[in-house]
Order: sequence, then C-alpha cells, then structure tokens
Amino acid sequence: MLPGDASSAELVREEAMSASPTYSPPQAAAAPEGGEVVCAVCSSSQSAAAAAANLYVCPACGAHARISAHERIRQLADPGSFQVWDVNLEGRDRLGFFDTRAYVDRLDEARLRQHLPDAILSGAAQISSIPVGLAAFDFGFLGGSLSTAVGERLARAIEASAEAKMPFICVTSSGGARMQEGVFSLMQMAKSVSALHDLAESHLPFISVLADPTMGGSIASFAALGDVILAEPKAMIGFTGARVITQATYEQLPAGFQTSEFHHARGLIDQVVDRRQLRELLTQLLRVLSAPPGDIDQSAA
Amino acid sequence: MTGGEGDGSATAQEMASAWAQVEGARHPDRPYSLDLIERCLDEFIELHGDRQGGDDAAVVIGLAKLEGRRLAVVANQKGRTLEERGRRNFGMAHPEGYRKAQRLFALAGRLQLPVISFIDTPGAYPGVAAEERGQAWAIAQTLEAQLALPTPYLAVVIGEGGSGGALATLLADSVLILEHAFLSVASPEAAAAILFRDAGRKQSAAAALRLEAENLMEWGIVDEIVPEPPGGAQTDWDGTADLLRPRLVARLEQLVSRGVDPARRRERYRRLDGLFQV
Repeated sequence: MLPGDASSAELVREEAMSASPTYSPPQAAAAPEGGEVVCAVCSSSQSAAAAAANLYVCPACGAHARISAHERIRQLADPGSFQVWDVNLEGRDRLGFFDTRAYVDRLDEARLRQHLPDAILSGAAQISSIPVGLAAFDFGFLGGSLSTAVGERLARAIEASAEAKMPFICVTSSGGARMQEGVFSLMQMAKSVSALHDLAESHLPFISVLADPTMGGSIASFAALGDVILAEPKAMIGFTGARVITQATYEQLPAGFQTSEFHHARGLIDQVVDRRQLRELLTQLLRVLSAPPGDIDQSAA
Repeated sequence: MTGGEGDGSATAQEMASAWAQVEGARHPDRPYSLDLIERCLDEFIELHGDRQGGDDAAVVIGLAKLEGRRLAVVANQKGRTLEERGRRNFGMAHPEGYRKAQRLFALAGRLQLPVISFIDTPGAYPGVAAEERGQAWAIAQTLEAQLALPTPYLAVVIGEGGSGGALATLLADSVLILEHAFLSVASPEAAAAILFRDAGRKQSAAAALRLEAENLMEWGIVDEIVPEPPGGAQTDWDGTADLLRPRLVARLEQLVSRGVDPARRRERYRRLDGLFQV
C-alpha cells in the first residue's frame, strides 16, 4: 500500500468492519462470569459481581484498576443514554509498519479483543440527565495510544459537542503516541488541540479526567487543556515515563513521582477524585457550569 | 514497506537511508539555530526569560528583520562547546523554555509580528525537575498558543525534530525542512526501546518510522524541502544560509500577502493526515 495513492483518501475500511463481529459492549465487563477479581496491588480478591459494583476499585486497598472504555461509559453515563459517535471510523496502516509483527495484525487483534474500532469510544450521553459529549480511552487497545483514528474520533467528539452546545468530558488512559503510526501519531496532538479551540470559542467547558496512565503525547496536548482537570487516585501521569528518565539522567525519583497526588500538589490538577465519587463530582460540575452566566440561577427560583 | 527477510521488516538499504538522515541531522558540525539566524536574518536582538521566573537557554527568542520586514523569532538552541552544551541542555527544553516560546507568541500577536521558528531539538528534556514543573502542561499550552497566533507563522526544521518538544514550535502556516533534517514521533532510540525493547535497534526503528524529509513532504506535513550544500549543511554554513534565506523570504512574502487567519492554520492541523472524509 503506497502512502499518498488515490485510495488514501478513503478512510472507512468496510472490509475490516465486516471482519469484526461487533463493536457493541461485551456482555461481561472486565472479569469472567462467576470468577474472582484479584487486586493487582494488594492481591485481595473479590467476586466479579462485587468488583463491578465497586467500579473495579479494590475495597481493601483502594487501588483503581484500569477499566475498558465500555466499562467507563457504563459507570458514568445514565443507563441507556449513551449514543455512540463514529462507530465505523477506523484508520489504516499508513507506514506499512512492521516491528516484531505487522501493525495491521496488532490492530485486528485489538479490535476483536476490546470490541472497539480503535482506542477510544465517544458519543452523546447524559450524566444525571445533563447532556454531554463523552469520550473514554481504552488502555487495553494498544495502550490507549494516539492513532490517527483515535485523534479523529476525539476531534469529532469535541466538534460534535460544540455543535450540540454540550460540555465535553474525556476520560484519558493512554500511554501517548502510537509508534506504529510515526509522525501521523505526533500530529494528533495538534489535531486535538485544534478541535478544542472550537469548543472554547463556543464557551463550552472541557472536563479532562486523567486515569491511569496518562502519558506522553496525550497529557502534552488535549488532556492537559481541560478547563477543569480531575484525576483518579495514584494514576501515573507525566510527559516522560519514569524508566526513561532514570535511564537518561540517572536521577533519583522523588516519592510518589508522577502520581495524580504529585501533580495536584504542584497545581497541575484540580482534584484527585475516587472513582466511586467521580460521577457525582461530574454532576456537580455540570450543574454549576450549565447554569446561566452571572448571578441568575433559575433552578434555585 | 516490503521486507528484507520477507517478513515486512526494513531492508538493509531502508535502514541505511533512514539512519543517514538521523546522523546528518545530528552532525556535530551542523549549523545550529543561532548560526543560521545570524546568516539569514538581519538585526537579530535576543530577548530573555519567560516572565514567570525562568530563562531556559535551550530556547532562544528575539526580534529581527528579514528583507526589511520585522519579525519575532523562536528557536531551539544546541550548544557547541562542552560548557554551552550543558547550559543549553543539548537543545532539550524544560517547561520554562516552552513558556518562553509562549511569551514570544503572545508578544508577536500583540505587536503584529510574523514569527519564524527554527526547530532543532532531540525533544523535551526527560528529567525530574521538568516533570515537577509541568512539562506536559507547558507543551500543551504552547501548542494552543501556536494555533491561536494571529500573525503569519513560518517554521523550518534545521536538524532534529524530536517528538512533542519539536511540535511545540512547529505548528506554522508553512513548514520547511532542510534536506538532511528529520521530524519524528520519538527519537529512533526511544522508538526502538518501545517497539523492540532494545534501544540498540535504532536503525530498524528509524527505517520503520520513515522519518526522512521526502516522506514528510509526500504526506503534506512539510511544504518544502530546502536543499543543503553538497556534503550537507555541516560542510558549509554560509552556503546553507544562502540556500535557506531566499526560501524564508519567499514563504514569508507569500504568507503576508495571503493574509493570515489562525482558523485556517487550525484547519490545516485538523485535517493534516488527509485520511478522513469530512
């Protein structure tokens, strides 16, 4: 496949779609039916049902497990309110990339496993009956990395929110750039920031929620530009990963380096919020931000 | 890319070509930003500081003229002597460097100065202090500042264009690249560490990333490749500047006469990958 040939104007890969059974949410959330969910931090276990009820937060140690985009939407949107955007929008292997495996094979495998066309799910939703644009990254899909399709779905979600005059909420869980898309991945940083400009011009809020992890190109573009930035406890957040920093500089890393709490203490994050309170906090924020400007609060009348 | 081993991996020739691009861009005798600013622009006056408590020498800002036209300048700056390399941190900026660039964009908007950016950085500095002071936030805000800049904006990649650190001063209306310079999502070493878990496979990573200037041109990410003197920019700084200056003049003239609309610049970066039907 040659870059720049006539077919590169085509995006939607019908053949890939027909190969994939469905992008609807999987029946079980993160754990096998009837199985146990073991905390990756403290190794205490809970039943699958209890884990789902606890939003995949460990009741023993409070660790927040990584969750899929489908699960994130389930946790935040009013039941039945989520209407997915751009369900068939996929990218393609622009560079003909091959590292230890072909990128196209990695993509196909991730699509089937994660029930997603790429590493983000977006749509119109309601949170406590307030209409919002809602996007969630899926770390299980190639590390939630920024591909052209992820960037495009994100930009379209931002634009659709602006068009519908809705606040936009994005829950990010992303390792950063997708190496297999090279410089096109880098350019998604510019694309997402460009789209956010439209939202700002419409005076609509962007609430950026940082989940574990939010690194590299994702935090160095859209994710850092929330009007309000929230983060889940102990999420890894930063531009360069700790391992790379240690290798490059031999520096001692301070305690709690690059956690949500670390950045909160330095004025970079507004609030660190437990997942079990996230929906409630978003509701509060949306109620305040959706009220008419100035001192006229008609809902209080 | 079809494979040397028939498995899709890069051929020896592809690796050699990509690696030559990387070595050319990193050549220690290559002209750095100030060398080219001195030779291409007139009456350069350096300004200092981000006005928030820092002055990162890895980023240079200033005022200048080109063919009588006033300009604001922002540049990544590497050091040549041991002392200068340390002081300029090998061209890798801390948050203060990106905030210094933001200050320059704000100044340019206020005074209606076109901006020329010279890009030559391995990337943002990967250190503890940079992270503590909000490296990612500084880069994100600089991306935003570029996309709101209300004046003509021209960028030229003169050496290494590494990662988000390069992107922070690259989102111009026109982007030029010197023949042996490159732009990449990550350094080949970092990409190799991620892809192969082996930084030593940097040549394979460079080939797979297809980071040569011709590819960037073909994909529409840059608008023009500026030729270098035979043997590369490192052999002849004056000759490099003689080839670059007329292209800067012509491109700037074109941007000024076209009239600048930052919405058009945002549209360029919104649609850049050219893959998606609107």
